[in-house]
This record gives sequence, structure tokens and C-alpha cells, in this order.
Amino acid sequence: MSGPDGIDRADRVVRLSGVGRVFARRDGSVMTALEGIDLDIRRGEFVSLIGPSGCGKSTLLRIIGDLISPSSGSAIVNGKPAERARLDRDYGMVFQAPVLFDWRTVEDNVKLPLEIQGLDAARRQARAAEMLDLVELEDFVHHYPWQLSGGMQQRVAIARALAFEPSILLMDEPFGALDEMTRERMNSEVQRIWERTGTTIVFVTHSIPEAVFMSSRVVVMSPRPGRIASVIDVDLPRPRDEETRESDRYFELVTQVREALRGRDGLTDPDTEAIASARRTSTEGAVG
Amino acid sequence: MSAGAGAVSGRPLGSGAGRRADAGRRIVDYAPAVIVFVGAIVAWELIVGALGLRAFILPRPSAIVAALADNWATGRFGLLPSWQATVFEAVGGLLIGTVAGVGTAFLTARWATARNTLIPIGVAAGAIPIIAFAPLMNNWFGALSPLSKMMMAAVLVYFPVMVNVTRGLTATEPAALELMRSYATSEWTVLRKVRVPTALPYFFTALKVATTLSLIGAIVGEYFGGSSLVLGRIIVQASSALRFDVTWAAVLLAAVTGIVFYLAVVIFERIFIPWHASVRADEP
Repeated sequence: MSGPDGIDRADRVVRLSGVGRVFARRDGSVMTALEGIDLDIRRGEFVSLIGPSGCGKSTLLRIIGDLISPSSGSAIVNGKPAERARLDRDYGMVFQAPVLFDWRTVEDNVKLPLEIQGLDAARRQARAAEMLDLVELEDFVHHYPWQLSGGMQQRVAIARALAFEPSILLMDEPFGALDEMTRERMNSEVQRIWERTGTTIVFVTHSIPEAVFMSSRVVVMSPRPGRIASVIDVDLPRPRDEETRESDRYFELVTQVREALRGRDGLTDPDTEAIASARRTSTEGAVG
Repeated sequence: MSAGAGAVSGRPLGSGAGRRADAGRRIVDYAPAVIVFVGAIVAWELIVGALGLRAFILPRPSAIVAALADNWATGRFGLLPSWQATVFEAVGGLLIGTVAGVGTAFLTARWATARNTLIPIGVAAGAIPIIAFAPLMNNWFGALSPLSKMMMAAVLVYFPVMVNVTRGLTATEPAALELMRSYATSEWTVLRKVRVPTALPYFFTALKVATTLSLIGAIVGEYFGGSSLVLGRIIVQASSALRFDVTWAAVLLAAVTGIVFYLAVVIFERIFIPWHASVRADEP
């Protein structure tokens, strides 16, 4: 059986049908964060969710990861309800803040999920070493998180998220707090890791260049209530590198995403808003 | 302890020369405080002599030290056994208050109902002037029993420990909890691997206050009667006998003990939370 996008069931990692989410405000009124979201994600895809603040992209990511539940509709991951997928540890999570534990060395931070999984010490050791090799931090195994730069901390978080080979990696604006240079380097790095591991990635971002550079599909969302405005396939050849960033097709796609973001009302400029939000270092609230 | 070893090997500037430079800098840092302290003692000695102050107004430092030596183990005011008894009470009270405070904190951190019920009561209890409890404690636990003094100390210690540890156990970042949720882990694991380590710095901060409070509690309790070989009684009896040199010697012992308690907590902090910002030496 195939879905609305013609994706085979076996090939489908995420299926969202009619997903909506409302939040109760303090004054008792109701705020609709998401409405009528239908989205299928194929195995091995790199999908970005992009949109201005308040479009519900982080909420959507959290629904996929069963960190919050939808008010309506369903989220099916690997052919089972999202909650079952979470209990089966199908997810790796990377947040805007690295969320590393200061009392653990870099290596021990990466080992944390493996400890919880109940792997024996030797396999934890081997797996952590492998992951830290992957993010090129093999020389910093015994350092503490606070001895590393922001970019390096986020690489540790990625290594940790990949440690138990999740079938899907959820990333919530992981590079939002990094400077532009570091962000571009991290984008190349994540792309390389994605190509090597073949993990399905869902990536929330404010940055159009970031979304276009890394994704196989960009899902553009519009706010109030959060809806999918359009889905743009990114057909840039891989592997993508500095040349990609300068190609005509890249600029075309960036423009296409920007126009989709400007979208319906045309009154606000979501792009400007997106940049302003990206500059804010604090993480978004539940509505983000 | 692998954490401590890791910290050293992980330090980019962990060379012997670097550490010697650290030690040198530390001496320079502390020098002004030491000079002022020694200067004040010398000035005290000289001014008392120059003004011809009588010993019962203000004894010279040298007289206090002499009184300390004369009344150390023997004599009417046995300072050593008194000091031992008071330390025993303070440490006992510190243990009781800390265990009770940490225990309540785990309850309040885990159950919102417990938090809403116990925190206001804790705050109210913390607002009661401790001195009002002393005769009651003597009545309940026996004036001659060290337990009545321990309970005085425990009541004082309980409050800051409970409030701080509760705060620490609930200070975990929301993202850290989301991370643990994505690992589909039990609440017990979250407590062990995230909440308790996060709360440790809060616990040590509380302990620094609590150690001092435990001595205050014990000594105040002693003022209200009980065994006579305790620092509180020595202070009262020496004062009424106009032996202010002995009073000062007892005060000196209490002060030194308070400082030693505090330093002990600082050492524990370096051992148990070498990773915390308040303790670690090197930043990136």
C-alpha cells in the first residue's frame, strides 16, 4: 500500500495524519499551535521544518518524538504509534542547547544512553569511541563539556544522539546558538554524518540556507495556526560542499523557500522574523 | 573518583609548572587577608597594653592564649572536654538536620502535593527564633542529654538544607528531562543520573551555612542548662566568674571550629563536584 505521496509503507518512517495541537493559555483561552498536518517521511530522508516563530515547528518535532502528544490526528513512526517508537528507543534527540552533563566527561556523556540501554562496559566503550570518531572529537574524550567550544559541545550531543543507532534523528534548531561560520561547518558535518549513517533526520531550523543546503525536502510552515504552507524538494547533487553554496540552483531553491515563507498574507516578512528569532539565544517555548 | 582523575588529565594546562604558578598566585591572593589578620592581632595586643585596659574589659591575645593553655585539659574550666562535647552535639545535630532536610527534599521534589504542603511549613519553622525552642528541647530530650542540644542544632540545620536541596532537585533543565524521556527511562534513573548530580552543588551550598548553624544551635542550647563541661556553659560560667580570658578562649575555640567545619565542606566539594563552576579551576 502506498500513501498520498506514493511512499511504500515499508519505506515510510514517519506518517502524520491530520495532526493538530492546542495549548490552553493561562487565562483559559485556547491557542491552536498546529492544525491539519499531513506529512510522510521516507527512510533515509533529510527533512527540514522551517518557518517563523510560532509556526509550531518545534511542537511538530516534539509530536513526532512523543515528547508531547497531538490533540488530534495521529503520529505513526516506524509503523507504530509514536509512543511505542519512543519506548522502543527509535529516536535520537538533539536540542538547541547541547544539554551535556557537566559531571560527565565527553566520553561518559556519549555513554549515557548506552548505560540506560543496558549495554556492557566494553561495548559502551567501543560504541562511544566510534561515535566520537564520527564527529571528530577523538582527542577530547576525557575533557569535560565546559572545556569545549559551543560547536564542539553540539558535536558531542550529536554523537550521543547517534549512540544507540536511532532509526530517526530529531534535531531542534541545533545550531541556532552558533555563529555563522561554525554553523556552516556543522552543516557540512551533519550532512557527512547523515550520508555515512543513513539515518532519517528531521531538522527544525530558522535558517533558509541551512535548510536548503542539508535537506532532501524542505517543509515550509506558516503560523497562527501552524500549517504546512508548501513542501519543496531539494534536488541539489550530493555530496554538497562550498561549491553547492555558490551554485545557481542553490540560489533558486533559497529564493523558492523564501517566497514560500513570505507566503499567504504577505504583510509580515517571515524571513526577517526568522532571522531575528534565530539570533535569540534562548530556546523557544512549547509553541515554537 | 575517575571523574577527578579525568579532570586532571583533561586539563590542557595541567603541567607542574602551571600548578606551581597557581600556588604562587594563590599565596599572593591570600597575602592581604593574612597580613591584615596578623596586624589586627598585634594592634589588639599593643592597644590593650597602651591604654591599660583591664583584663575583664578586653584581655590581650597573649592572655587569651595563656588561658587556653592553662585550662586545656584540666582545671575548673576544662576546655578540651567541653570543646569535644560541643562538637559532638553540633555534628550530631548537623547529621540529624541534614538527613531530615534531604529526606523532606526528596519528598517535596517528587510530589507537588508534598511540596505545596511541606514548603510553607518549612518556611514557617525557619522563621521561629530558635532560642524559643531551647527550654522545650530540654524538656523533651533531657537537659543533661546531648540529644537536646543536637535537636536545637538540627532544627536550625534542617531549613536551609531542605529548601536548597528541593531547589536543586527541581533545577534540572526542561531539555534534560526531554532528553531522558526520549531514552524511555524510569523516573528512578532520571533521579540518579540527572537530578541528584544537579542538586549536589545546592546541597554543598546549604552545608556551608548548616555547619555554622549547627554550632550556633548547640551553643545556644547549652546556655539553657545541662552538662557543665560544654563550651556554652564555660562561656556563661567564666563570664560570671569574671574570667573573661577563659570566655575569650572558649569563643576562640568555637570560632576556629566553625572555620574548620566550613573548610571541611569546601574540601568535600572539591572531591565530589570537581566539575562544578564554583570549584573548577580552568575554563575553556
